[in-house]
Amino acid sequence: MKKYSVIFLLVMSMLVFAGCSQTVSTDQNVIKIGVNYELSGGVATYGQSSVEGIELAIEQINEAGGINGKKIQLVKYDNKSDASEATTLTTRLITQDKVVAVLGPATSGAFMATIPVANQNKVPVISGSATADNVTVDDKGVKEYAFRICFTDSQQGNAVAKFALENLSSKKAVIIMDSSSDYAKGLAEAFTSTFEAGGGTIVAQEAYMSGDTDFNAVLTSIKGKDFDVIFIPGYYNEAGLIIKQARAQGIDVPILGADGFDSPKLAELAGAEALNNVYFSNHYSSVDPSPVVADFVEAFKAKYKKEPDAFNALGYDLAKFVVDAISRAEKLDGESLKKALEATENFEGVTGTMSVDENHNVVKDIIVIELKDGKQYKTYRVTE
Amino acid sequence: MEQLLQQIVNGISLGSIYALIALGYTMVYGIIKLINFAHCDVYMIGAYVGYVCMAKLGLGFFPSLLASMLVCTLLGVVIEKIAYKPLRNATRITALITAIGVSLFLEYTTMFFASADVRTYPPMTGFMAKTFKMGDVVISAQQILIALITVILMVLLQLIVKKTRIGKAMRAVSLDKDAAELMGIDVDSTISFTFALGSALAGAAGILVGVYYNSINPLMGVLPGLKAFVAAVFGGIGIIPGAMLGGYVIGIIEVFVAGLGYSMYRDAVVFAILILILIVRPAGLLGKNTGEKV
Amino acid sequence: MKKGILSAQFTRRLILVVLAYVIVQLLISVNIINDYLQATLTTICINIILAVSLNLITGFTGQFSLGHAGFMSIGAYTCALLILKDPTMPNFLLGTLLGSLLAALVGFLVGLPTLRLRGDYLAIATLGMAEIIRIMFINMDKITNGPRGLSGIPRFVNWTWLFIFTVGTVLLIRNFLRSSHGRACIAIREDEIAAEAMGINTTWYKVLAFVIGAFCAGIAGALYASYFYFIKPDLFGFLKSVDILVMVVLGGLGSISGSILAAILLAVISTLLQSFSEIRMILYALILIVIMIFRPQGLLGSKEISLSVFNRLGRLFAFEKEEK
Repeated sequence: MKKYSVIFLLVMSMLVFAGCSQTVSTDQNVIKIGVNYELSGGVATYGQSSVEGIELAIEQINEAGGINGKKIQLVKYDNKSDASEATTLTTRLITQDKVVAVLGPATSGAFMATIPVANQNKVPVISGSATADNVTVDDKGVKEYAFRICFTDSQQGNAVAKFALENLSSKKAVIIMDSSSDYAKGLAEAFTSTFEAGGGTIVAQEAYMSGDTDFNAVLTSIKGKDFDVIFIPGYYNEAGLIIKQARAQGIDVPILGADGFDSPKLAELAGAEALNNVYFSNHYSSVDPSPVVADFVEAFKAKYKKEPDAFNALGYDLAKFVVDAISRAEKLDGESLKKALEATENFEGVTGTMSVDENHNVVKDIIVIELKDGKQYKTYRVTE
Repeated sequence: MEQLLQQIVNGISLGSIYALIALGYTMVYGIIKLINFAHCDVYMIGAYVGYVCMAKLGLGFFPSLLASMLVCTLLGVVIEKIAYKPLRNATRITALITAIGVSLFLEYTTMFFASADVRTYPPMTGFMAKTFKMGDVVISAQQILIALITVILMVLLQLIVKKTRIGKAMRAVSLDKDAAELMGIDVDSTISFTFALGSALAGAAGILVGVYYNSINPLMGVLPGLKAFVAAVFGGIGIIPGAMLGGYVIGIIEVFVAGLGYSMYRDAVVFAILILILIVRPAGLLGKNTGEKV
Repeated sequence: MKKGILSAQFTRRLILVVLAYVIVQLLISVNIINDYLQATLTTICINIILAVSLNLITGFTGQFSLGHAGFMSIGAYTCALLILKDPTMPNFLLGTLLGSLLAALVGFLVGLPTLRLRGDYLAIATLGMAEIIRIMFINMDKITNGPRGLSGIPRFVNWTWLFIFTVGTVLLIRNFLRSSHGRACIAIREDEIAAEAMGINTTWYKVLAFVIGAFCAGIAGALYASYFYFIKPDLFGFLKSVDILVMVVLGGLGSISGSILAAILLAVISTLLQSFSEIRMILYALILIVIMIFRPQGLLGSKEISLSVFNRLGRLFAFEKEEK
């Protein structure tokens, strides 16, 4: 037993050492914002994309002089797509690095894991892409220090279902869902309830796992059924391949998706000729002529030499959104910042004009984009 | 009926890939009794080499196929020399852990240099983009290509193993390494050759998958690799025709499970088959049950 | 260290253990160990439980398991579901116990048939098993909330519980290994056929080690769930099993203190590499390869480290040798 206690003593001394060696720089001219994203691990692409957007925004803000003369400094950590790591890092950002707010993580589960820490320490956490319905509010009420700037799954699922019913006059839908993703599951549920309430039927619900590449079996089995629209809740990686293989098998009904489709990779994966009669809901269209969007797309291309995707845009908006609240906050502490975030109204972002509602969600328009030959061709507004 | 035929077509193209990968597992296992975990990543590297050749250098399909087989051959031999050769007399656990290490190393080094993002092959043109219809059954040119190349490579492999001197040496080493060495067979180079052959096939599988699915990423090898291993065990590990048979069977089973609406359980079913096979008939379908020598 | 425990020695050790606990508790209460360090400490303790229990299976009994994360997930889900329903302290303890028992049961059911297999087949079979467990959790939507996972799990784990469970697990496994059962397990690792010839029921002992390992992994899972507020099936995938394996290999196959050291070391490395996270996995891979080629027995081999290190100026104390 002796040896184990030695080891515990070692742990302690190491920890104490680590604790003391952390020097907190209290530079008065810098505002620190924590960035806690999935930079490696299973969903690294979401985290990396979000951070690209965030860094672009902060760079622009600092070049323009920062907030009231104070520059913004990002403290960036990688949670390795691991929820426990995310909790630990939010704790670290808040208690050691003394940030005023933490951005991220990208996925709902990891983000929700960090909320208790935020509430305990009274420092806001804000996500650009945690879409699950119960992220900011649950049966116990609103989670005080949690905010987000993306749609909830039901907002988007409802919108897509409405679009299918009204604009495409669909009655019979097939759902092919990413069963390993919480996002897809939320979308599918919302879509199903709205679609069925509007008189439609779900003919079949199939599932796949993220990372799958062969969907021929599933497509062959639905091919024999009678349906007039396919809804694919999921991300572009698999959706692109499903569309390609569906079109190759001769399935030519409209295909619907949500903002998980928004990536230049979709066209690369599916091939331009397969991307006809494909619609997806999104925050904005990259061909939108409005200056906010056009400037963002141009700046993004200049910095990263590629087209932005949904995570890029949301990350960009997230940073600007938080900075906007900081500039309006009375004092630089969590509580005032929370109040400022709650008071956000008509914030003009790339992904829409946002106001924060009583549940700490944002109210913004959803648009549906039609693809023609792989290009964004037409946009539709969907009213709630 | 058409649906059944279509599913079989789907299953054969998927199974061909598994078969090509499974051959590498089975040959290496047959000769040094090691599950070469890194094999599935050689397949991944093959897909990336194909990507570089076709998307960046603009080469055609067949030159790219040769290039990726060549690079994978080299890679396989290098892996064997650096990581496995020093451990030839070590315990099995040691060798296995090393194999897992090599596998992770290849995956994350690729991820470091090529990012975790998926990459896409350039769109196919001409013959490669065609699809053929027979009644309601749709077969794409790529599916035909995959099946054809797989069969050709397997026949070639069988010829090498059965008809050539080095093939004879391979068989001898896998039967009894020490005896083979006493007979004057260069065991080291025979093992290297086995790795080379298996890796070349994995490279071919990699580029075929790249062309067929048009989507590659650094972790693409993990699941197909495991399933190919299951295929090899299913057919009887160490037996070359067994690996081919196993590959097709696993491919078709998987397609049918998914076709019946249980695609979430697709992977679970494959692993359940593995555990079942290991318990009921550990020697595999074509293998002979032999007691362990003491 | 002879088998009979001298009472004076025993008391001295007990005092040291209690002292270690009290000091950390004090540091926590004066906030020198702040929330962040506490979280790190929790990760370390959970990893110690996982590594030591996997070491029992892989290091001491010689059975290569790649499915440890699967057992962990069973403990985590059981405990989380119970305390979500009724968040009370007794329920947390009940959940931990039930979760570990369930993990042990699954370990028994999986182990009984598969442990007859030889090492390399076993590795794949356990890997397959962990994948099946994960897929089950994803698809049992009604109970487990599927891929979305369970969130808002109340936190019951504090330093006291963490300490009790970690020390408890380590002691359980250490004492098991010093019993005749433990010696039988080590004999199986050294030479299975010889062990069988000596009249050891190899399958029974292999299953026993497997079940104890699974039980402890269940405890680790329960602690994890009740500290980090959130679990989902993806957290317990193949990579988690590899993480645990890396700790065992680094510390030494067959060294309890080695596993403990490695768990701490990797936590420190992981923190230091925070800003270079892309290379973390590459580094892990290299650790595995290099250690296997140049020092297959791991950092400590099958040696154990103890206070005598300080007493005798670095002379390592070999627990193995005395056994013989």
